[in-house]
Formats: sequence, structure tokens, C-alpha cells
Amino acid sequence: MSTETLKKDILRGGQFLVKETQCEDVFTLEDLNEEQRMMRESTKEFVEREIWAHWERFEKKDYAFTEECMRKAGELGFLSIAVPEAYGGMGMGFVSTMLVCDYISGATGSFSTAFGAHTGIGTLPITLYGTEEQKQKYVPKLATGEWFGAYCLTEPGAGSDANSGKTKAVLSADKKYYSITGQKMWISNAGFCNLFIVFARIEDDKNITGFIVENDPKNGISLGEEEKKLGIHSSSTRQVFFNETKVPVENMLSERGNGFKIAMNALNVGRIKLAAACLEAQRRVTTEAVKYANERIQFKTPIVNFGAIKAKIAQMSINVYAGESACYRAAKNIEDRIAIRVAEGNSHQEAELKGVEEYAIECSILKVAVSEDVQNTTDEGIQIFGGMGFSADTPMEKAWRDARIARIYEGTNEINRMLAVGMLVKKAMKGHVDLLGPATAVGEELMGIPSFETPDFSELFAEEKDLIARLKKVFLMVAGSAVQKFGPDLESHQQVLLAAADILIEIYMAESTLLRTEKNAKREGEAAQEIQIAMTRLYLYEAVDLVIKKGKEAIVSFAEGDEQRMMLMGLKRYTKYTNPPNVVALRNKIADKVAADNRYTFDG
Amino acid sequence: MKILVCISNVPDTTSKINFTADQTKFDTTGVQFVINPNDEFGLTRAMWFKEKQGATVHVATVGGPGVEPTMRKALAIGADEGIRINAEPTDGFFVASQLAEVIKNGGYDLIIAGRESIDYNGGMVPGIIAALLDIHFVNTCIGLEIEGNKVKAVREIDGGKETLETSLPLIIGGQKGLVEESDLRIPNMRGIMMARQKKLNVVEPVEAIHAMSDKTFDKPAPKGPVKLVDADNVGELVNLLHSEAKVI
Repeated sequence: MSTETLKKDILRGGQFLVKETQCEDVFTLEDLNEEQRMMRESTKEFVEREIWAHWERFEKKDYAFTEECMRKAGELGFLSIAVPEAYGGMGMGFVSTMLVCDYISGATGSFSTAFGAHTGIGTLPITLYGTEEQKQKYVPKLATGEWFGAYCLTEPGAGSDANSGKTKAVLSADKKYYSITGQKMWISNAGFCNLFIVFARIEDDKNITGFIVENDPKNGISLGEEEKKLGIHSSSTRQVFFNETKVPVENMLSERGNGFKIAMNALNVGRIKLAAACLEAQRRVTTEAVKYANERIQFKTPIVNFGAIKAKIAQMSINVYAGESACYRAAKNIEDRIAIRVAEGNSHQEAELKGVEEYAIECSILKVAVSEDVQNTTDEGIQIFGGMGFSADTPMEKAWRDARIARIYEGTNEINRMLAVGMLVKKAMKGHVDLLGPATAVGEELMGIPSFETPDFSELFAEEKDLIARLKKVFLMVAGSAVQKFGPDLESHQQVLLAAADILIEIYMAESTLLRTEKNAKREGEAAQEIQIAMTRLYLYEAVDLVIKKGKEAIVSFAEGDEQRMMLMGLKRYTKYTNPPNVVALRNKIADKVAADNRYTFDG
Repeated sequence: MKILVCISNVPDTTSKINFTADQTKFDTTGVQFVINPNDEFGLTRAMWFKEKQGATVHVATVGGPGVEPTMRKALAIGADEGIRINAEPTDGFFVASQLAEVIKNGGYDLIIAGRESIDYNGGMVPGIIAALLDIHFVNTCIGLEIEGNKVKAVREIDGGKETLETSLPLIIGGQKGLVEESDLRIPNMRGIMMARQKKLNVVEPVEAIHAMSDKTFDKPAPKGPVKLVDADNVGELVNLLHSEAKVI
């Protein structure tokens, strides 16, 4: 693929909202190459043999076992996928990185947290921002698992407001080192890491600064007790205290005052990877649930035959399928964007940074959507298991507890929702995404008389595509009016932002799902994709309902009188189905297939 | 030492087995294929010879292009080179004839095959190869040590084991015991990347008769429901055991 074609075909971040994507242009799990499939098999084998077989040990807070498993992951090369070859890594593309994050999550929340904290926020800040010397010194050790990394951003008084940390870095008189003092909390991998990425403030700087700090108890570093947590029991989570810890000046990451930027960019990558890391966890839960439902007999019938259970199994499967569709679509966009940047002469480091930053909106969307899906999937998993699901002797209970953290870390879902919309508005203001033109067009359309023609919906997904195009108009109508009404003050109208974010999320997820299925249906024929088509239709149906709810909520909160009436009518017009699907029949069809296979089988 | 590991591409043990075309063909839809477990024990032992004694390890399979992912896995685990004989593995004699040709031309000292493949369980390939090439053969092999030309092999026999001495060239029908399950290797990421660069030669089959062909397959009848007999009703239990279960 030449740079020119790449440039032409790939959407910019956030552009999905105003541009139509062709199904041939999205990457799907079905597009994995042979090597990626082998990597996936290896990951699954590792999880099955080394981790899942011992899941109970993770529940007993066996932190040493987590460390042991991390070392094994290092031996098998799982920690070095994303690390450039020059620093002892595999230098694989973003899709492969996501793939491993995804399938390693079939282990336990404890392990995938340790894995994510090390490979993502523990290693990436150095590969992305480190000097050549820093990278040579630290990255090869992190890539093999000889050393482990941890990321120290959060403080007792600085959580979502990450730039407000009180940890200080004071330059020594001889200007050879910084002395760091402060308290960091919720530090994953703290108990066994060799290196911390620490954010601290120099003097009264507006922004914090990043440092690489080697773990040495003799250098004023001490740890709090292991935190008692709801889930991820064997992820080591401790406070880290720095008391005049001496850090050589050459261990500063990037420049003074660049820490907040580093922190945020590391989190962008962290977010999309976290989304991926909620997928295999869901596949496992779905599979365990359907196996149980096939075996559990009540009223002389396996409970899988009951409609109430079928609805759950269908929903769980759709959650995974939609998450896969959107995660891998975005992952490939990022990979291609990085390739473009490299082709343009950027260093790999710069290219990767800008490539991921470009899709920060999508990263936030995915983080929210998939972390909530894993919560819902595990919740229904428990429900299908009934009383057994509530018992700690079955894996459902811990899956549910482990899932809960995903809505909190890497930026809470509330922060990420507001960020997604906020970043989009900023991009529009800067002219990176033209929202104004399409929003004005929507405004004009609302004033005009609607067309009463019945479009031709005979082709596969014709109506669904039309609906998605209209959902985009709902977002433009709601967000556009909100921006007009509140101007820069929109930031403080959080509930409007949250509602707009939900609409945005549903659009991205529904569109990604549809494009994936359409692509595969074109390749393999509609009959082979019958279930995926059903899942796509059902996802969209639920998405439309949510858009109606959230759109209404936003409109009535800031529009009044004629304007409100016009917008509500617009909402109705844009969310109208000509041929609403029979959702019960769709659910049954999906659930029957999953029941017959006795597992989730749609991951390409 | 030059080793050839013969590999079968078989359905994963958790696969649902169905047949199509009037019960004459195995339905591969949705089936995941893996290295035949008996062969994988052998491959893992071969890796040991490679690492400890500097052996060269090739893998060979009879099959269409669809078997290549399984062969790549063997290369990712550490085999040096792969040979795919481009033909459908219809029956044991045909497969053995093809492999024998590869062995003849390749100058191998040790041939490791699985005792049997877990799909059709024919269990004849290593024996036929031994006969075709007139080389030593140890079946149900659960232990193998080699020094120079001398071989010490352990064979599983009914209720015990038998230790043998023989010499190269040799073919074994391997199984669990050659190595244990915990010794099996997960292909590491670097191995997977390197597998891409390793040679996977495709050779055309030689003339050989198809000694057998499948006619139809029958699956066992599905199990009936469990019958609960009241504790007071011993008469009915005896009757059922006699007339239905036919065990008394």
C-alpha cells in the first residue's frame, strides 16, 4: 500500500462521525494473517495451561504467582510484542499488540492487569518518550521480563485530576539529580517492580514532569501494605512513598513540564488496550455460561432452551462481537496511521505517539463501551449460573468482581465520556474534523419538510446503514446545539456531555459491527454470516433505543419551546425504523447457535 | 543427527465430529486443527535432541495447503525445516509410502512418528514405513536416548515397560512418556516470527496405491435418558438390567 493510498483511505480520528466508511476499509478479526493466528493460539495455550488452570491461586492473593506468571509471559515473548526490535522486542504492529492483550485477558483480571500495567503504562512511556540512552538501558530488561515496570501517577489528592499531584522533584545544588518526595497510590505491580515511572512537580510548574526511578529501598522508597480490593486479588496494588529519592537528572522523561502529556498519551494507548483486555474475558464468561446452561436441567429441560436464558446468551455474544469489531477497526487505523507517519519520515517513536493520539477519541469510546460490556456480560454470567454464580467456587463470581475495575482505571468512564466529546469539539474548532458543515446541514434539514418516499431497503443492511447515517445526525443536532448554546462553558454541563457521549459511542460501535459483518458477508456470502447479521441488527436496534433516550435527555435539558419541539421531532425522524427487526427471533437465532456450538465462536 | 518428525494434522479433541455427503466425509466446518498429540510428544523430544545434541529437525506432513498452519506451528516450536507432501492423506499405506520417499531422499537417521493419529486411529504408518525402508522400528515408544549410533528405547507393554537397545537408522511410534504434557512447548513470539523465514518445501506425491478408502461413518447412537428405579422396586431393576441393558 503506498503512502498516497493510505492517506486517502484512512479516516482521521473522529471522522467516522461525518464520513461514510466502506466495509472493505475496516480491519476485522477475520482478517488476521497466519502469523497473528499463531500468536493468538500461543496466547490462548499459555493462558489455558499456565494461568487458568490455577485461577483459584489468584483469588487467594498469591502475588508471587502473578510474578511467576509474568516471568513466564516474558520467556514466551508476550511482554515484548510492542517493543521495537532495536531494544530487544518484536516490533510488531498495533493489531498484533492488541491481539495479545485481548487473548491474555482470558486468564484472570489479576494477570491481565499486571500484564497491562507492565507492557502498557510501565514500559511505553520509555519507548515513546525516552532518550536513546534511557531506552538502551531499560527497555530490553522490561521487554524480556527481567525487570518489571509500574506507573506512578495517582495520589491521594490527585485521581481524575491527575495534573494536581503534590509529589515534588527538587534539583540538587550540584544539578546532578532530582530529589523526589511524595505519595503515590493504587500502583499496580508495585510489590514486584524494578522500575517506576513517576510523575512529580518541579518548583511551581503548571505541569508535572515524568521520571524513570529505579526501585531501591535504600533510596527512600517504601511501599504500603497490599490494598484490600473488590477484585483483581492477585494484582499487586500498593502505595509507594518517595522520601527524598535521588534520581539522576538524565532519568527525566522527555522535558520538564511534559509529564502530563506523557501521562495522557500513555493512557490513550492504555485505554484501547484495556478495551481489548475485556474481550477474551467476555468470551470465556459467555462460553462458561452457555456450557452451564446446556447442562443445567430445570423443569426437565436444559435451561438453555428457555427464552429468558436465550436473551442473555444472545446479549452476551453481541457484546463481545461488537467490542471485537470496534477494537480491531480502531487498532488497524492506528497501525496504518503509524505506517503513514513512518513513511513521511517520522521516527518510529514520534509516529507511534502521533498515530495513537490521532485516535484518542476512539480510544476513549472503546474504553467506556467495552469495560461496560464486560461488566454486563459477567453480571448475566452470574445470573445464568443462578445461586452457583454467586458462589466463589465457580469462576463467575470472580469474573464479575475482576471486571468492575475496568470502569475505573485508565480514566474513569465518566472522564472518558466527557473527553470523547470534548476532544471531538476541539478537533472541530481546530478544523481537523469538519463538524460545522454537516451540523449546519442537519439544522437546515430539520427546518425543511421531510421526504415521504420509502427508500429501497432491499440490499443487505441498506436500512441499517441509513439508520446509522441518521444517528450521526442526531449527534450533530444535539452536540451542535449544545456547543452553540453553551460555548466554552459546555465543559461544565457534564450531564449533557455524558448523554452526547453515549450517542457517539453507540454510533461507533454499531457502525463498526455493521461494517465487519458486511465485509464478511461480501466475502463469504450472507448465509455464512447469518448469525453475525442477526447480531448486527440486534446491536443497532438497542443502540437506536439508547440514542432516543439520551438524545431526549439532552434536548429537554437545554432547548425550550419551538426549538425543543423541532429537535424532538428531528430525533423521532432520525431514529425511525421502516422495518423494525423481530428482536425476539434474532435473539433466539443467536442463542441457538451459541448453544449448539457450546461456546462463543465468532472471533474469526 | 538428522531427525524427521512426521506430523498429522488432526481435529482438536474438543471438536464436534460430524459427517457430510451421506456420512462419507468428515465435516471440517468450524473445526480447529492441531498437531496430533502423539506427534507433538515426539516433536518435543526431537527439540531436546536439537538443543542437547545438536540434531537437525525436519517435519513432514502429507496434506493440502490447509495443513500449513499446523506445520508452521511445528516450525515455531523449533523445527528447522518443513516438507509438505501435496496430497490428501487418504489411508495409512498411501501416507507411509509418501513419507518413505521423503525419508529415502533426505538421509534421516531417526524418524519420529506418532503411535497413531487421534482422528482415524489407524496406527499403521510408522510400521509400514519401517517395512518399506527396512529399518528398525520401536512402537509405543515412551523413552528414547541416543549416543552416537546406539539407541536405548523404552516401549510400553501391557502392564509395564520394556527397555530395548537398537541402532540408527530407526523409526519410532511415539506417545506420551517420550516427554510429559508439562514439557510440551508453547510457541514463543520470537519462534513464531522466525517460522516465517523457515523453509516449508512442497513436494508432489509419488505414485502409490490407495490401499483402502472410507465408505461410510457411523456415530454411536445418542445416549438415552437416565432411568430412575424406585428403591422398593428391585424386580423392575432386574428386569431392565436383563432385557434392556442386557448385562445380566
